Amino acid sequence: MPRFIDVETLRPAPGRINWFKYSSPQTFFPLAGAAVPWFAAAAAVLCAVGLYIGFFVAPTDQQQGEAYRIIFIHVPAAWMSMFIYLVMAFWAGVGLVLNTRLSGMMASALAPTGALFTFIALWTGALWGKPTWGTWWVWDARLTSELILLFLYFGFMALTAAIDDPRRADRAAALFALVGVVNIPIIYFSVQWWNTLHQGASVSLTRAPTMAATMLAGMIVMALAFWMYSIAAAFARARCIILERERNSDWVAQYIEASK
Amino acid sequence: MFRVMRVVIGRDLLLAMRRRSDVANALLFFIIVASLFPLGVGPEPNLLRTIAPGVIWVAALLASMLALGRMFASDYADGTLEQMLLASAPLGWIVVGKAIAHWLVSGLPLVVLAPVLALQFDLATDALVVMMVSLVLGTPSLTLIGAIGAALTLGVRGSGVLTSLLVLPLYVPVLIMGTGAVDAAAGGVTVQAHLLLLAAFLVFAGAFAPWAAAAALRISLD
Repeated sequence: MPRFIDVETLRPAPGRINWFKYSSPQTFFPLAGAAVPWFAAAAAVLCAVGLYIGFFVAPTDQQQGEAYRIIFIHVPAAWMSMFIYLVMAFWAGVGLVLNTRLSGMMASALAPTGALFTFIALWTGALWGKPTWGTWWVWDARLTSELILLFLYFGFMALTAAIDDPRRADRAAALFALVGVVNIPIIYFSVQWWNTLHQGASVSLTRAPTMAATMLAGMIVMALAFWMYSIAAAFARARCIILERERNSDWVAQYIEASK
Repeated sequence: MFRVMRVVIGRDLLLAMRRRSDVANALLFFIIVASLFPLGVGPEPNLLRTIAPGVIWVAALLASMLALGRMFASDYADGTLEQMLLASAPLGWIVVGKAIAHWLVSGLPLVVLAPVLALQFDLATDALVVMMVSLVLGTPSLTLIGAIGAALTLGVRGSGVLTSLLVLPLYVPVLIMGTGAVDAAAGGVTVQAHLLLLAAFLVFAGAFAPWAAAAALRISLD
C-alpha cells in the first residue's frame, strides 16, 4: 500500500467539483470567512421568526399555561446538543481515518458550541421544571444523560487543552469523541428504557406529533436558527484555530500583512 | 495469541506482587471512603441500609479509577510499552492481557472486600450476594473502559485528574446497573435484568475497549 496518495489522482475531471480543495486550512480559511456572515444573518432571521411564532402565534397550553413556551428554546437546544456531538464525532472519525488536519480543527471548534447548547438545555429545563414539576432538578434518566453529555464535552475540551502537540491532541480527543458517541443512543433511548418522570418524546418521525402544528413549526424554526448559529460559531472558531496553528506559514503572514 | 496474553498477565502479576503496597493503597482507599459515609450522614441503620449499595459501588468505582494510573505508566516510563507496540502480536491482545492482570490486582480484591463493608452497612445476606455478583460483572468493565482513558492521558501533565474527567462519565451505565441490581435484591424484586445488562455491557466493553485502548496507545506514543 503506498504511504502517500498521488495528488494527481485526486484531481477531478474537468467540470467536476474538487471536494478535497477545501480540506486544506489555507483554502478553507477564506471560504469560512465568507460564509460566517451569511450563516449568522440566517440565524438571526430564523431566531426572530421562531421566537415570534413561539411567543405570539402558538396557542397557550391547556395544562401548563404560558410556562410551556420555554419549549421553543429547550427542545431545539437539546436536539442541537446531541446533533453537534454527532457532527463532532463524525469530523473526529474523518480526522482519524484520513489524517486530515482540518477535521480535528473542526471537531475542536464545535465542542464549545455543543457544550453551550447542552448547558442551555439543562438550564432551561431547570427553569421549566420548577413551575411544572415543582422542582429545579430531578434525577431522571434524560436529565442525567444530558448532564453526562455536558461532562463528555468538558472531557473532550480538557483533553485537547492538556496535550501540547496539537496533532496528538486532535487524535486523542477524536478517539475520546468516538468512544463517547456510545452515550448518544443511551440518551435518546433512555426514556423508553428507564421510563421515568420525564415526559416521553412528543415529536417522532413514525407517528403524528401530539402537539399543535404551530408549536411544532416554532420548534423547528428555532432548531434551524440554532443550527445556523452553530455553523457560524464553529466556522469563526475554526478560523481562529487555523490562524493560531498555521501562524508560521507564509499565507498567514501575507493575510495578516494584508489585513493591517 | 493466547500465549502472548498469558505472558503479559504473568509478567504484570509478578510486577504487582513485587510492589504489594501499591495494590494495598487502592484497597485502603476503598475501605476508608466507604467508612467516611456513616460518619458524614449519621449512624442511623435504616438510612445506611438504603445508601449502602450506592456508597459501596461509588467507592469501588473511585478505587478502581485511582488504580488506573498504574496500568501503563511504569511501562511507558521504562520504554517497555514501545517494545510492546513494536511486537508482532496484536496490540489489542496485549492490552487485554494487561487489563485482566490489572483487574485481578485491583478489581478482584474489591469484590472480596465489599461484603465486609456491606456488613458494616447492615445489608441483608441475599443483597450481599447480589452485590458481589454485580461487582464481579461490573468491575472488569470499569477496568476496560479505564484502560482507554489511561492510554489517552499517558505522559500528559495532570493526567490523574484528566483520566477521571474522561472516564467517570463513561462509568455511569455500569454504576446505574450495579446499584440497581443490589437495590432490587434489597427490595425483593428480581435482579436478573440488571445482572444481564451488566454482563452485556461487559461483553460489549470486552469486545471494543481493548482495540480503542490500543489505538489510544499508538496515538500517545506517536
